[in-house]
Formats: sequence, structure tokens, C-alpha cells
Amino acid sequence: MPQLYTWVFEPGFFTSAQVQVAATIGGVVAVVSAVVGVFTVMRGQSFAGHALGDVSTAGGSGALLIGLSPLAGFVGLGVIGAGVMDMIGVRRLRGRDLATGIVLGAAIGLSALFLYLDTTAGATTGATQQILFGSIFTIASGTIPIVVILSLVPLASIAVIYRPLLLATVSTDMAAARGIPVRVVGLLYMLALAVSVGLSSLAIGAILSTALLIGPAAAALRLTRRVGRAVAVACVIGVGATWLGVLLAYDSYYWGRGHQGLPVSFFIVAVVFVTYLLSGLPAARTGARHRRAATHMAPSPTEDKIAA
Amino acid sequence: MDEAQAAVMDEAQAAVMDEAQAAVMDEAQAAVMDEAQAAVMDEAQALAAAAEILRVDGVSVSLSGRQILDNVSFTVGAGQFTGLIGPNGAGKTTLLRVILGLQRPTGGTIAVGGRPGSRRNQSIGYVPQKVLLDPDMPMRTRDLVALGIDGHRLGMPLRSRERKDAVGEMLHAVGAESFADARVGNLSGGEQQRVLIAHALISRPQLLLLDEPLANLDIRSGQEIISLLGRIAGQHHVAVLLSAHEINPLLPVLDRVVYLAAGRAASGTTGQVIRAEVLSKLYGYHVDVLNVHGRVLVVAGLAAADDTALAAGPALEAG
Repeated sequence: MPQLYTWVFEPGFFTSAQVQVAATIGGVVAVVSAVVGVFTVMRGQSFAGHALGDVSTAGGSGALLIGLSPLAGFVGLGVIGAGVMDMIGVRRLRGRDLATGIVLGAAIGLSALFLYLDTTAGATTGATQQILFGSIFTIASGTIPIVVILSLVPLASIAVIYRPLLLATVSTDMAAARGIPVRVVGLLYMLALAVSVGLSSLAIGAILSTALLIGPAAAALRLTRRVGRAVAVACVIGVGATWLGVLLAYDSYYWGRGHQGLPVSFFIVAVVFVTYLLSGLPAARTGARHRRAATHMAPSPTEDKIAA
Repeated sequence: MDEAQAAVMDEAQAAVMDEAQAAVMDEAQAAVMDEAQAAVMDEAQALAAAAEILRVDGVSVSLSGRQILDNVSFTVGAGQFTGLIGPNGAGKTTLLRVILGLQRPTGGTIAVGGRPGSRRNQSIGYVPQKVLLDPDMPMRTRDLVALGIDGHRLGMPLRSRERKDAVGEMLHAVGAESFADARVGNLSGGEQQRVLIAHALISRPQLLLLDEPLANLDIRSGQEIISLLGRIAGQHHVAVLLSAHEINPLLPVLDRVVYLAAGRAASGTTGQVIRAEVLSKLYGYHVDVLNVHGRVLVVAGLAAADDTALAAGPALEAG
């Protein structure tokens, strides 16, 4: 048994300061991503989430260039990008996709310039890897309070606009008829999304932030029939995947003879992906059963048991 | 026409009687005794006006230079079932949006329950056209109905006995109990309409607006929704204003008709509105109104109605 234990948790895992910082920041970021992500998936705005990841890339690499912390760039430019996308996109129904695409293109262009300058002119040779794919093990412990405070912004926003946002997600017409300022609610949600993406850019990289945003939420949506539960399930999946990823990355140092640790972000995203695939199984099974037992409107009890 | 017209008129009168106060009713009955048949309708209309829920007064809307609505006026009385009938593009959705306060009219006024219509009017329930409920959305029927109570409020919903009972009662009223725990996105079109009606009704509005609720429903589901709405208008004392491009399925429940064509409106009982001379004036060209086995057919034609070739003209409204 002790052997198995040391095989799962390689020596020093629980005492490593880097692991503790990574697990704390990773956990907080996973919760924010899960909460915001459930609405992102329901509103069909995954593309906007991805575009904001690209905006974060430009922000982070730009911040490095002028000597700021990448987090400031991730969140700062993300919020501006969300505002611009909202401004361009609201006028037309199809404008949302268009606005997202335009902002995304501009952001990647800027990233190309900033990352080039970072790696050639600046002293930050690992900038590309750090910005795009994250480096959760190298985050200073002093960042934790900043991350916690920043994560309260999207969490509080979503909690406050929860019901109007939900109704606007079902139907903007129904929400508007109830006197809900649909535009304001949509903008607040976009800003929450921008901060959330900025935070997960710090944890698993700007390019990969979409995975943590969408994956756990999409899996949770398959497993439950209630929004509140979907949020809870997404949090569990997100935090679980992040911690498991941190553990696997830590352990990977001991796997080969070369003592070369593999990137955390890879493991987190891999766990999220596998979880998403597995989340389809219960639905597929109940689907098959429903087909066998003639179609019937009764809800399947298994769905919510899994969620609970 | 006569049968349908008579039935509709009877129902209109019955509805008016139901809602009227006892003293007023006596007066109305006295009026019925004293006056001729034509005058009865005038009296009924006066009564309806006494409990007027919606007044649309000279409303005009033009969007990017195009006149959508042109001086539209009508009223809806408490508990009345009114059909907003007209071909596609006649301005039905725009008119409903003006009533909801979502579209500012270029001219005219709206009053709901005696007060000027504003955007935050909680006395109107609304079922929009083509609500696409996503099957992936984790939301049960009862959750969507509950959002009708407090969806506009800030913060998270709190569970309460009262809230749960109100939802249960409303699910029962629209016959949605059997799929109360199913995902709304997985329901059939007719079931989704019931859920949306429950969502709109649970806040106890005085006026229920429905935009083309029968579009995309099979005939049987459509008839079920119509009889449900007819029952609700009576039991819950809600005025219903329902838009449709087809009047015939609605004839059994309609108290009044607002017919919209080319941005202009004519309103009254079915018998008063669905007439060749009234509709011809609206459309701006001659139309014939045919009566086939109690159903009405509005057919485009030329002034010379005796020209048999014209009978095969394009049907604006087929039964």
C-alpha cells in the first residue's frame, strides 16, 4: 500500500510550495471557468470565449514587453476586447460571430508581433510557451491574493445577474418583454467571461483557456437537467481535472530516465477531454434504453443521480 | 358566415356579461330589452370599454423609411379573446412589440390597464414567435415556468413552498404536469407552447400576447392550444391577443378580430370585420370573402365580382 501511495503521489508532492501554489490558483481558476463556462455553452458563445483567449495572448505578451505582469495584460486587454466585441456585435443578429472573428484576427496579429519582440528583443525567451500554454508551476505565491480577488468579480457578477441572464439565454425577446435590459446583462456577462478567460490564461495558457472554460461545462450539461446542478458539476469536473493534471505533471518528472517533467496544461486539458467523452456515456445508455422501451416522456432518473 | 358570426357574437356577449358588475349587467339587459339587435352590439362594446385592458390609439411605425403600421387603433376589454389576423408582413409582430414597449411608435399612444405602456409592464404576459429551446439547455419545464415569476429579479432564485405551489398550479392549468421534469428543449412543439404560456401566465398578467403560437404546430396540437387559451381567458380572466395569419382555427374562441393588412387595421367582431367591403378598403384592392362550411376565405379579386375567372385568384387566407 505505501508503495502504491508513493507511486500515485511521487515524493514531495504535498510539501512542494510550487504544487501548493499551482493547486490553489488552479482550483480557483477552475471554479470561475466552470461557473462562467456553463453560461458560455448555453448561450452558444464558445467562439467568443476562444477569441477572448486570443485577445489575452496579445495582452499577456504585450504586458511582458513593457515589463508588466502577464496577468494584468491577460485581464486588461481581455476586458477591452469584450467591450469591443459587444459594441460591434450587438447591432445585428449575425453580427456577434462577425465581431468575434474580427477581434480574434486582430488579436492574433498583435500576438505575433508581441511574441516576436518578446523573444528577440526582450530577455524573456520562454515567453511564447508561458503565454500560450501557461506555466502554473512558476507562479509566485504572492499572486494568489490577486487571483482570488479577481475571481470574485466574475463570480459576483454572475450571481447578481443570474436570473435575468438565464431568461435572456432562453430567449432575448422574453427577457426584454419582462423589462430586462438585455444589452446590459449581455455586456456584464461578456466582461465576466473576459476576466475568467484572463485568469485561466495564467493557469493553463491563453490558447488553452477555452478548454477549461468549455470542457467541464459541456460535460456537466450532459449530466444534469438543472442549471444550478450543472454549475456544481462543472466546478467538480474543472477542479478535479486541474488537480489531477497538476499531480500527473508533477509525477511525470519521475516517469522517464531523463527526469523531464511534462507540461501541466497538457495533462489538465487531456483530463478535461476524457471527462467530456465519458460524460456522453450515461446519455447514450439512457437514450438506447428509451429507444428500446418505446418513446415516453418520463424523465430518466439516472440523469440526476449522476449529477448529485 | 351567419352561423359562425352568430356563435362568435353570442360568445362575445357572454364574455362581456361575465365580467360586468351586477348593476351594469342589469342595465345591459334592460338595454337589450329596449333596443334593436344592432344596438345590442353597441351596448356590449360600451361595456367592454368600461373594463378596457388595452388601448391602441393611432399607432404608426415606420422603420428605415418604410411604413409598417399606419394609424392603427383598437381596444381590448378584460377577459376578451382577440385575434390579430393578417398576412405575413402585415405588421403583426411590430404591433405586438409596440404594445410591449420594445418598439417605439413614430406616432400614437398605447395604454395598458389605463396606464401608458412602458417597457417594464408586468401586467403583460408574452409568448414570442419562434422561441428555439435548446435541447442541450439544462432546464426542466418547471424551471422555465418558475422563471416567469421572478426571472427579471436580480440574484439567485430561492426555493420556497409558495413558489413551488404556484408553479405546480400553473403546470396543472396548462396540462403540463406529465412533462414537468423533462428538459424543455426535448419537448414537442405543442408541449413547448404550453410551457411558454405557463411561463407568461404565472405572473398573473391582465393581458396575454401571443405571436403566431400556432405556426409550426400540427392541426391537432394547434386546436389544443386554442381551446386551452379560450379556457384560460375565461377562468383566469386574462385578455388574450393572439396573432395568426389564419383565422379559421380561431373562430370558435374569438370575441373580436383586429385585421391587419398593409399596415392598416380594422377591428370589431368577426362579422363586422371579415367582410369584402372592410377588407378591400384595408388591402387597397378588391377582395372577396367566401364562406365555406362555416369557414371564411379571403380571396383577391377585381371589382367585377361576376367575372368567374376571378374566383381562382390567389388566396390571401386559405381555410
